[in-house]
Amino acid sequence: MDAILLQILNGLDKGSAYALIALGLTLIFGTLGVVNFAHGALFMIGAFCAVTLQRIFTLSYVTLDESQKDFLGNPLKVETPYVQSWFGESLGAGIIDWSVPLAILFCIPVMVLIGFVMERGLIKHFYKRPHADQILVTFGLAIVLQEIIKYFYGANPIPTPAPELFRGSFDFGVLLGFDPNAIIYPYWRLVYFAFSAVIIGGVFAFLQFTTFGMVVRAGMADRETVGMLGINIDKRFTIMFGIAAAVAGLAGVMYAPINSPNYHMGMDFLVLSFVVVVVGGMGSLPGAVLAGFLLGILESFASMNEVKNILPGIDQIIIYVVAIIILLTRPRGLMGRKGVMEE
Amino acid sequence: MLGLKKTDATLLIVVTILTVFAPFILNPFPTSSAMAQFNAGYPDLMQRFIIFGIFAIGFNLLFGLTGYLSFGHAAFLGIGSYAVVWMYKLLDYNVLPGLVLAVIVSGIFALAIGFISLRRSGIYFSILTLAFAQMMFAISYSDLIGRFLGTTVTNGETGLQVYTSDPQILLSAGETAPHFLGLVEMRSTYTLDAGAWSFDFNAGYYFCVVFMLMAFYLAIRIFRSPFGLMLRAVKSNQQRMSYTGLNTKPYTLAVFVISGMYAGLAGGLLAAMDPLAGAERMQWTASGEVVLMTILGGAGTLIGPVLGAGFIKYFENIFSKINDNVLHQWFAFMPDGLEDFVVFVIHPFIGKGWHLTLGLMFMMVVIFLPGGLVEGGQRIGRIFRRKDRNSSDAELDAAKQRNTPPAE
Amino acid sequence: MSKSNFTRRGLLKTGAVAGAAGLSLPTYLRADGHSGFTNAPTGSTVTLGFNVPQTGPYAEEGLDELRAQELAVQHLNGEGDGGMMNTFSSKALQGNGILGKKVEFVTGDTQTKSDAARASAKSMIEKDGAIMINGGSSSGVAVAVQGLCQEAGVIFMAGLTHSNDTTGKDKKANGFRHFFNAYMSGAALAPVLQNAYGADRRAYHLTADYTWGWTQQASMQAATEAMGWQTVNNVLTPLASTDFSSYIAPVLNSGADVLVLNHYGGNMVNSLTNAVQFGLQDKMVNGKQFEIVVPLYSELMAAGAGANVQGVFGSMNWNWQLQDEGSKAFTQSFGEKYGRPPSNSAHTCYVQTLLYADAVERAGTFNPCGVVEALEGFEFDGLGNGPVLYRADDHQCFKDVLVMKGTENPTNQYDTLEIVEVTPRAQVEYEPDHPMFAGGDLGACNPGA
Repeated sequence: MDAILLQILNGLDKGSAYALIALGLTLIFGTLGVVNFAHGALFMIGAFCAVTLQRIFTLSYVTLDESQKDFLGNPLKVETPYVQSWFGESLGAGIIDWSVPLAILFCIPVMVLIGFVMERGLIKHFYKRPHADQILVTFGLAIVLQEIIKYFYGANPIPTPAPELFRGSFDFGVLLGFDPNAIIYPYWRLVYFAFSAVIIGGVFAFLQFTTFGMVVRAGMADRETVGMLGINIDKRFTIMFGIAAAVAGLAGVMYAPINSPNYHMGMDFLVLSFVVVVVGGMGSLPGAVLAGFLLGILESFASMNEVKNILPGIDQIIIYVVAIIILLTRPRGLMGRKGVMEE
Repeated sequence: MLGLKKTDATLLIVVTILTVFAPFILNPFPTSSAMAQFNAGYPDLMQRFIIFGIFAIGFNLLFGLTGYLSFGHAAFLGIGSYAVVWMYKLLDYNVLPGLVLAVIVSGIFALAIGFISLRRSGIYFSILTLAFAQMMFAISYSDLIGRFLGTTVTNGETGLQVYTSDPQILLSAGETAPHFLGLVEMRSTYTLDAGAWSFDFNAGYYFCVVFMLMAFYLAIRIFRSPFGLMLRAVKSNQQRMSYTGLNTKPYTLAVFVISGMYAGLAGGLLAAMDPLAGAERMQWTASGEVVLMTILGGAGTLIGPVLGAGFIKYFENIFSKINDNVLHQWFAFMPDGLEDFVVFVIHPFIGKGWHLTLGLMFMMVVIFLPGGLVEGGQRIGRIFRRKDRNSSDAELDAAKQRNTPPAE
Repeated sequence: MSKSNFTRRGLLKTGAVAGAAGLSLPTYLRADGHSGFTNAPTGSTVTLGFNVPQTGPYAEEGLDELRAQELAVQHLNGEGDGGMMNTFSSKALQGNGILGKKVEFVTGDTQTKSDAARASAKSMIEKDGAIMINGGSSSGVAVAVQGLCQEAGVIFMAGLTHSNDTTGKDKKANGFRHFFNAYMSGAALAPVLQNAYGADRRAYHLTADYTWGWTQQASMQAATEAMGWQTVNNVLTPLASTDFSSYIAPVLNSGADVLVLNHYGGNMVNSLTNAVQFGLQDKMVNGKQFEIVVPLYSELMAAGAGANVQGVFGSMNWNWQLQDEGSKAFTQSFGEKYGRPPSNSAHTCYVQTLLYADAVERAGTFNPCGVVEALEGFEFDGLGNGPVLYRADDHQCFKDVLVMKGTENPTNQYDTLEIVEVTPRAQVEYEPDHPMFAGGDLGACNPGA
């Protein structure tokens, strides 16, 4: 029982990452009708926003310490971050410690800007082109983006720890009357779950309750008619692309402490996020979120020893098995609309 | 000729000439010159050009004609390779039984996967094929079947290879490498030294060329047949097709199976040239690669996919091998400061940065040549014969047709 | 037209003259018909092929290998300070190239994929006339390229490959490995773990689901059980996993008090980071402090895991902090050129380049069979890790193994791991027919053409 509860918890957490990425992808699919293979790269750039801010905070001046030697036998270069000399040792260290949460603020403008530039500079010209061309150009862009990151940050993962406050894990088991240590879960992952719930809720509320959102939803349903009403739908679509990029970026920033970011982390998520979106149903935002959580939870269950003992290797293929079953029983995924990306 | 129209026959002849003389064409620079780095006329790469050409031609039969975008075609490539290596392990190094088996087995898998996946269309179809391929990749990468049976089936990530302890019941003495009916070893190479130049004529390469020409010929026939017309009709509007009371599924399934068999043949040839079969051949990146090859070259055209395959393999194998040392050699004639600067500027695009160049190339081609590399060729061609601009060209038609988005 | 060696004769016929070995063998580009081996250098230069991952997750590792190999070429050609050539016990190398020929090199990208690695190695052999292939960062690739080099008739030096199979089930006469292996990691780690954590421990293994992972896990399990530990569970994790939370979550509740992470590279960085996130090391189980062990360390991956490695035990082939003359000379030479200490895979590739050159000098020929003979059973010193033996039976190198621990209070960015113990060679040796290495056949050396 405790094992099952634990994996549900874990699945919700995994699913929240899948859902966030799929949400952004579906926004672009649904509003613009573009297959964006560069979405994984946007997620990766988000994570590198956290790395970049951490680098900025730890910009240091160098003093030579004659009492210590470096590996070549020269005096050791001791680096002191500027923030520590400006704000004092403890406050400076605190700022560095909190660089990941602070990176949220840094990430939003950066990602929105990248989204705008991408849409205006490139994607805009591909609305009327076949999906195959969209795949080729966005895949090319994804490679270029990730190579640029690799050029500046190297190929190695870069540790970006969460603030001290959120390290360690919370004991749910005790709350529910289990033995201590039966159900523990890291604080940061709980934060991630809550964070994504807020973002997902925010995006839905934005689309549901604002005029802007209403126009965009109308545009998703019937772009031409909305255009004929004299509404500048193109401009709104650009903003929508910026929002989608920001959602991907935010998913990335908060993911940085969970796994050290590296330049190809976007590609690792790319295929999976497409599976999530399609299983959810093309053009359906709730479908994408639902599918994200569903696949996250099923993946967690499949990795339980009890399951693996019966079906070895099931954790490697579960997502694909589920995707096939769902797509065969429900022609347009969980909540897909008719006629979207069916040609 | 051979039941082909004049333009198609010309195309086939041009392709034949190009492939037969490829060892010369691909080695334009003297061996010891600085530019020799760009020579691609060595056996391994020439074989890859041809084999991935076959793979892309087959993929294009499905995607170019019907518009069904399979994202799991590499699964058949992998199956073909495993079939051939298993025949090495059980019988001997003769490639023929393996190739036959490769085509048959990949056809069977294509039939099963196609039968299920073709129940959906559009992106739902793509994701179904992707899911099947990824499943097969995971199964072979950790050899899950082998673990279940308690033996080795795919030999996991190391890849399936031949060991001396294998049965090899037909093996004759002194037989150590893949060969064709005992007549010729795939790896035997005749090197022609002509002055500063050196050209390699590899038996395996010409073996692949024969298959490629047959595959190409068959593709032309399919393109021009009533069957091919039917498939194009499916692409332009499947709904309308079904309203006419016609069941399109047998047609699409047939072309899916043919396309899978092409992939199986290509995979089999990979193992025929180099006796190893690895699970990586089934990964989604490999499936994605053939999609990119086809679109890059020009989907729906006959020669495009082959060009696309050559383009990507060239970058992968040639650009990744250029290092700073080579750059310094090239620009040694410049003054020191300028030389370092030029090397510094080019450095990110070569060696470990070859992906960057490839990514940029993808974007440039798709932005400036909407019909793929074939369109590029046509534009160049048009400069030379400005007069008959309106001449009907089958390849151009295909490129044009592709650019009209299907009715939604 | 210079020569014609098109083997258009029936294999059946060849079979009849099977005694005359070499007749049915292939002719690779620029193979001199008279020299009797592939890519015999004819001019004033000799070309080595450095085949390392330059893209993908191990790109940094590959880059470091490349740096070391370039340094080795400089030293062989008599440039720079000579590095380990000054401390090497064999004095055959003169600093005038190899056998008087200037050393040149070509580079390629393995992408850490068997197919791409073989393609890259083939292009070096067929196009560039490379006479030896060096480098790599994964066992799958090492086994694949080793097989290719055996067929083509060139020498292969393996780079970073830690699976038992490379010199076990998949060993080849033309291939040599300077790196240590999974068995040695287990043998070196077990006593240290016993000292630190006691003989009464219950271990939970998470294992990457591929060949290296399996051999690493089997080695660790055997070594720790021999000293009294119990193995609670062994869970295989998909290689493509990025998030290990669902595998780590049940660990604490399983009654285990040690977690062994048989992961490498990106897997290791992520699984260790995840395990530390769960706060496992803060917990008490069975009245003991919970501990994590990472059997195979590398500096680059330790840097990727950051503070998470602190206090975690693991093993390594070599480390720049070693204080013998050879290691000091290499670290100095590498550090001055590149401004950073070398990694252990860089050391392996550097040493292998020197050892190959030295073997050619001692054999007096570039013929792979001569080189194999010179390297088989070769004993030397002065290249780090004390006295070293290249065993003739399986071409595995035997030398001291390092047990490492994540530094608790790092003073600079390279200070991630510290040496806990240098396990003497005798303790990690095994019989060539040890069950974990059984089933292979070294075969005969193949000179190619």
